Amino acid sequence: MTEVAFLLNGTQVVLKGVSPTRTLLEYLREDIALCGTKEGCNEGDCGACTVIVTDGAGAKALNACILFLPQIHGKAIRTVEGISAPDGTAHPVQREMHRHHGSQCGFCTPGFIASMAAAHLNGDRDHDTTLAGNLCRCTGYAPIVRAARAAESAPVPAHLKTDAAFTLAQISSGGERGTREGADSRPQSMDELAAWYAAHPDATLIGGATDVGLWVNKQHRDLPKIAFLNGVSDMAQITDLGARLHIGAGVTIEALRLAMAAHHPSFAELLRRYASTQIRNAATIGGNIANGSPIGDGPPALIALGAVLHLRQGDATRDLPLEDFFLDYRKQDRRLGEFVTGVTLPKSAPHFRAYKISKRFDQDISAVCGCFNIEIAAGKITSARVAFGGMAGIPKRAAAVEAALIGQALNPQTAAEIAPLMSRDFSPLSDMRASKEYRLSIAQNLLIRYAHDLAGAPTSVMEVRV
Amino acid sequence: MSIGAPLAHDSALMQLAGSARYTDDIPLPAGTLHLAFGLSSCAHGTITAMDLSAVRASAGVVQVLSYLDWPASLPAEMPDCSPSAHDEPLLSTGRVHYIGQPLFLVIATSHHLARRAAAKASVTYAELPALLTIDEALAANSRFEQGPIIWAKGDASAAIAAAPHVVEGTFNVGGQEHFYLEGQVAAALPLEGGDLHIYSSTQHPSEIQHKVAHAFHLPMSAVRVEVRRMGGGFGGKESQGNALAIACAIAARLTGRPCKMRYDRDDDMMITGKRHDCRIAYRAGHDAQGRLLGLEFTHYFRCGWAQDLSLPVADRAMLHSDNCYHIPNIAITSHRLKTNTQSATAFRGFGGPQGMIGMERVMDHIAFAVGRDPLAVRRANFYREMATADASGGDIYTKVKEVQTTPFHMPVEDFIGGDLVARLEETSGYAARRAEIATWNAASPILKRGIALTPVKFGISFTLTWLNQAGALVHVYQDGSVQLNHGGTEMGQGLNQKVAQVAAGVFGLDTGAVKITATDTAKVPNTSATAASSGSDLNGMAARNAAETIRARMAAFIAGKMGVAGDSVRFEGGQVRAGGEVFGFAQVAAWAYQARVSLSSTGYYATPKITWDRVKGRGRPFLYFAYGAAVTEVVIDTLTGENRILRADLLHDTGSPLNPALDIGQIEGAYVQGAGWLTMEELIWDAKGALKTHAPSTYKIPACADRPAVFNVDLWNRPNREDTIGRSKAVGEPPFMLGISAFFALRDAVAACGDGARYPAMDAPATPERILAAVQEQRHV
Repeated sequence: MTEVAFLLNGTQVVLKGVSPTRTLLEYLREDIALCGTKEGCNEGDCGACTVIVTDGAGAKALNACILFLPQIHGKAIRTVEGISAPDGTAHPVQREMHRHHGSQCGFCTPGFIASMAAAHLNGDRDHDTTLAGNLCRCTGYAPIVRAARAAESAPVPAHLKTDAAFTLAQISSGGERGTREGADSRPQSMDELAAWYAAHPDATLIGGATDVGLWVNKQHRDLPKIAFLNGVSDMAQITDLGARLHIGAGVTIEALRLAMAAHHPSFAELLRRYASTQIRNAATIGGNIANGSPIGDGPPALIALGAVLHLRQGDATRDLPLEDFFLDYRKQDRRLGEFVTGVTLPKSAPHFRAYKISKRFDQDISAVCGCFNIEIAAGKITSARVAFGGMAGIPKRAAAVEAALIGQALNPQTAAEIAPLMSRDFSPLSDMRASKEYRLSIAQNLLIRYAHDLAGAPTSVMEVRV
Repeated sequence: MSIGAPLAHDSALMQLAGSARYTDDIPLPAGTLHLAFGLSSCAHGTITAMDLSAVRASAGVVQVLSYLDWPASLPAEMPDCSPSAHDEPLLSTGRVHYIGQPLFLVIATSHHLARRAAAKASVTYAELPALLTIDEALAANSRFEQGPIIWAKGDASAAIAAAPHVVEGTFNVGGQEHFYLEGQVAAALPLEGGDLHIYSSTQHPSEIQHKVAHAFHLPMSAVRVEVRRMGGGFGGKESQGNALAIACAIAARLTGRPCKMRYDRDDDMMITGKRHDCRIAYRAGHDAQGRLLGLEFTHYFRCGWAQDLSLPVADRAMLHSDNCYHIPNIAITSHRLKTNTQSATAFRGFGGPQGMIGMERVMDHIAFAVGRDPLAVRRANFYREMATADASGGDIYTKVKEVQTTPFHMPVEDFIGGDLVARLEETSGYAARRAEIATWNAASPILKRGIALTPVKFGISFTLTWLNQAGALVHVYQDGSVQLNHGGTEMGQGLNQKVAQVAAGVFGLDTGAVKITATDTAKVPNTSATAASSGSDLNGMAARNAAETIRARMAAFIAGKMGVAGDSVRFEGGQVRAGGEVFGFAQVAAWAYQARVSLSSTGYYATPKITWDRVKGRGRPFLYFAYGAAVTEVVIDTLTGENRILRADLLHDTGSPLNPALDIGQIEGAYVQGAGWLTMEELIWDAKGALKTHAPSTYKIPACADRPAVFNVDLWNRPNREDTIGRSKAVGEPPFMLGISAFFALRDAVAACGDGARYPAMDAPATPERILAAVQEQRHV
């Protein structure tokens, strides 16, 4: 049998014959009784299972409940037990959490400690963002944020710095990289993936497993064949093409967020509210697109930006406008054995804006995600790309609205006049997130918001401070 | 003095290091089996066929139980899980009452394999009409108890008829999922002679013991239940853990192996009860100043399929429908409706929040009608202030006045709401901010801000009077170490820490010298649920009583040895002072042991003064009231309904706090949880009766950034007029209702979109969707 090898709290672990869909959390709690890491929801929404995973790209907080063991091959793991120093000395975030009464029932606490220690290690002081994926039902978060702030300037403990030096080369694993002979693959390049997938077109491709994890944990699905894509390093690059950027399918949402900040700040802010830090550290933009969800937040923004999708099947490649990839609910223009390799998008779109409406600001799924991108010449709109998530069975452009915008001067009045055309473009559904009436209403109002926003009027409750 | 010190709670360091042990973390013997329930997918009907062959054939399955396949070695009748009415069979006995009801029990070699197998059943039903809503239940007269409960004082109908002004309306208030981070979990170890040792994440170990014993016709003495801590409870572990413990006990007895069960989060949310949603209809007669003259409330509580704790929950809603306001004439009618949904259960406040927000809605509506600041109308209706705020520490109960009574005829002897609200109004800058907000709103067409101040008065004691008792067990060992046990359970509220501070104070020891131990029915029997905010009031007193008994024996012993009077002996700073000599506490303990003095004692406490007749709605159900008030400021987006809490200022009455740091933690957390209930937390059932929000992906509790951006919390730190432990007040539930201010601040912001002609009668929770609808109504869109 083959191996999965990793560093756990400073000690090398080599596992043989693991089931490829066994999660790190199951391993920690059930196999080795390292029970500090908790299961709160088993779907990556509560953060009680958060651990720190370090590889060549740095230290990241990840949810262990939807992290399959093959995904951590060659990486270093820190659980709450390994965040204290080997001599038991508390980490600065542990010390400050104690001082600020940051734990009550304590069940979410190990996950908070992992997220806080990861952020501390990375010097990230945006605590509302780094902790958005950790739910606490007792404290109301105030003492936790006080603790995070108090620990900011403390030095990183020495034992946590050693994980970064750990690389796959130092562990003994080698040879066969699949976990079940022939059935699974951990390709290391796009070519390798293309060849394997062409031979196994019925396999499940796993990027970050943030959705596939639920297939296993909640739907009890069997996955007879799997390729884990996290080792495909040549598919995880962002490439500057001059006027455009190429985003590899394996780029994580968090890496994309950081890259977008300079080019499309509104997209970066949308991605800041895409799930949570833990999920963004795992999820890939390729997975977000290929999954074909009507409520994924990546595609509406990318469609509005005019992104082109790149696909590959064996050695054959093809490109298509991203909107043409989505055919019908959960049905995409993807051929057998074909996979998403990346998207290209323009670097500049000064009038691009993305708006996400959900019950909760952070770590919620959009009721409606509306993305707008116009070009203006001589005061008139010359091109309009308006795309929505949550309004149809697929991420979809608002064709009638776009047509009506052309030739107009965008202001709140014209926006209000054109907005009713949304009902020609969309017939949304009612579900637990929103009624169809509300969806249609806010789709219309988001066009009005867009006009106010471009005119510089305050439109976001996020920006009000007292 | 350890009482009153702002110490971290005892488990904090272990929690932060990951070594604090929860029920699922307890190492169990090899061969432990794992359980899962198979659930009903029909809201109401009878099972016509249940094919479990695929379940049995699934990997790792050891045994599958259902009413059709019930082992002869078990007592013939299906065990009951109900805390009250004997109406909750562990597994369906042919009839199904809601989607999510357990139908069969899988015993397997792992948690994952048990769940996986449970999903493979094929069940068919003969469907019956399902009653899902309040209206459907009312139409079918589907209810608990014979008819509505009605309590009255004065003549509400006549007073309303004679009043110069009347407001009326209907207010729908949503339920709430507990979302304790640790789901329901239990384990059972089979002992010799058929006895059982149960580990359970429960607020009510004695009830688990009672129900497990009952399932096997065992005496309670044959069942031992232990809980070290819960990963959150909030009322959701008062009765909802019974099914898991009983299932584990049955499987353990059948197989002779340890058995463990924990619900996956989705199962937990599908199976277990939540806060009652309700409808509150009101008709209020008032004068031009907004003073209440007469008031009629009708409460409609959707209780779900089984009675559970719904009757006392609905009672407590009635008991809090006055909140801080004196109502000369009032009638309250309460319907407890039976529906084909999860059986609604205890949740922090236990009906109090629903009753209270109904009253705050009336205040808000009247203020809108008379065109006054809602705070002015609230103040005009306050109970008579009974205590003066004397910061000098003097006798603060000198102002003897005529005492007003509640709608249930209880004198409100301790009302401090007026002074407390006055202080909060000043420290929060309420009046100036209200004026500034009005100016800001006038210049802001899209974003609107709002502000509200709401008060809280919450009654402390179980309304079922006999529950107001507690026991404790304290040991002093011959090395001077102290072990503490009491009947309360730890769910994060810091109860064990507070009680340890009490016990340490008696012995004059550091709190760290007192060893806290797991709640255990083998140590302290006949415990009440840790509920009704009563944990430290009851168990603190019992522990003090036990510790004082031992201290008195030690004092008598050392006094005899030294030839001084027993009451001259002092225990402080880890030392014992007697007759001018100073001894270490451990030295005295060793001598006392050698002198054959008992160093172990039980302690006991029963709450004084309380009497209650729930049928008549008369008496003194509460020893005292806890008070508080909150100012919340919000902003809304009138294009989408998105909203934020910008600032919250809380002032809460803790009496003389046993531990101010833990109390502030309770208050901050309760506020955010209360605001969550009324804003983003929304439970949605589909037309078939299936809960659609059964995971954190769809049910949204407040996240980190949802806490108020500016969050000021202060304690009203004055001694309780009643003789409670350390003159403290209970703090678990009362501050939950401070979150009500967030709802009315949103209402205030919505009203800023209108012309004052129409009251924005918004239902709760105030989701973005509801807020947008209310804004559009104000703007006649």
